[in-house]
Amino acid sequence: MNIKDRMSGNEAVACALRQINPDVMPAFPITPSTEIPQFMTTFAANGQIDTEFIPVESEHSSLSAALGAEAAGARTVTATSSCGLAFMWEILYVAASDRLPLALACVNRALTGPININCDHADSMGARDSGWIQLYAETNQEAYDNMVMAFRIAEHKDVRLPIMVCMDGFITSHAVMNIEVLDDESVKNFVGEYRPEDYLLNSERPMAVGPYAVSSYYMEAKRAQAEALRNVKRVALEVAREYEQISGRHYGLYEAYRMEDAEYAVVLIGSAAGTAKDAVDKLRAEGKRVGLIKIRFFRPLPAKEITEELRGVKAVAVMDRCEGFSDNGGPLGAELMSAMFTGGLDAYAVNYIYGIGGRDVKVESIETVFAALEEIRAAGGTEETYRYLDLRQ
Amino acid sequence: MDEFSKINESCTWQELTEGMKIFTGGNSKDFNTGEWTTIKPFIIEEKCRQCLLCTPVCPDSAIPVIEKRRGPVDYKHCKGCGICAKVCPFGAIEMRQEDVSAT
Repeated sequence: MNIKDRMSGNEAVACALRQINPDVMPAFPITPSTEIPQFMTTFAANGQIDTEFIPVESEHSSLSAALGAEAAGARTVTATSSCGLAFMWEILYVAASDRLPLALACVNRALTGPININCDHADSMGARDSGWIQLYAETNQEAYDNMVMAFRIAEHKDVRLPIMVCMDGFITSHAVMNIEVLDDESVKNFVGEYRPEDYLLNSERPMAVGPYAVSSYYMEAKRAQAEALRNVKRVALEVAREYEQISGRHYGLYEAYRMEDAEYAVVLIGSAAGTAKDAVDKLRAEGKRVGLIKIRFFRPLPAKEITEELRGVKAVAVMDRCEGFSDNGGPLGAELMSAMFTGGLDAYAVNYIYGIGGRDVKVESIETVFAALEEIRAAGGTEETYRYLDLRQ
Repeated sequence: MDEFSKINESCTWQELTEGMKIFTGGNSKDFNTGEWTTIKPFIIEEKCRQCLLCTPVCPDSAIPVIEKRRGPVDYKHCKGCGICAKVCPFGAIEMRQEDVSAT
């Protein structure tokens, strides 16, 4: 049953977590994710959840404690942003290679420096190669829905990997929006009890987690880990189908918005998709064949599927809300454009860095991108494939 | 056969346990961790008085006691630290560069 409510993104994620009632939550506060553990401590103090909340002295400790709790057999969640995620770096890789399906609510914020507390994707994009599943939200609604689906994906026997549930700092995390949440019982039934097959507190079957792997094992271990991440695509769609039945909301690995017969397309991640949809609607009303692809899963990246979605498009702008400092553009641009090349796509492609450090992205901003795509096509290409959007110069 | 015994250096990636988890306790004795040592203890049998001082000081439990007598050095786990040679009151242990593990 859907219940109409109004919530900030942080509140929506905390609401989902209250309904999930995880066993353990170690966390250390950092803007803009602070409210998530704050709400959870309130829920715990009010007796609404029986989650063991562990206040720790750093993010390195919060993820270490989360990893330990998850290995012990507890359903575990933590939350962080920006430098907090950077401080977790070492343990991110350990959680993934140990195949521990814990969840992390990541509220995306720029990395220092210059010091900045506002939205961009530098934090989670930096963690993109750590082996975590990464799921991004456009809206508060999606932040809620993604959190409810997260444990089902992560804990699936063919996956068993940690999951990062990301939303844009302040834009999504703090702005209040009308959303629909499910009733507590529906969420509890959907997520279910956590019954791991193997866990450290199981005296019937003792085990060691996180062994040393010499050169003769490390490569095979990593390949096995990659297979688990590959399985996410299938499992995520299964979980989304089941979720649609109780929520009425449909989710894929990505969202194609007005892509039918589109000649020009923008691909991006997160809250700017809402702005881009407005731009697409406006340009479509003017008779322009434009569309949008919004990434939901960046890990694994459904690159082949998106390449197929783009087949027939004349010019594409892949947009990154973070720098990659590769001198070729941001991470999404680099990965998707390489997939488009290997997929034999016959389209002009350009990469934009936009909205970093919380820079506002307007409908007009996206309109200039579509205008640039038209120009590139008319000119038969461009040498300038790595650009900044709305930069003073 | 338990899952641990099935893992060896010819295993494919599909045959490894999930996350390299190990389900058998006390298995460190099955791994050769002493192969990289540069010096190894050589025991001069005629000088040894069976005082057994070398055994408790070994950080790797690589000098066993068998029927109240010092047993042969376990070179698969000896790291060549030389504490046993230092503690021996009779000069019965010498650290040597050549491979004495075969003797």
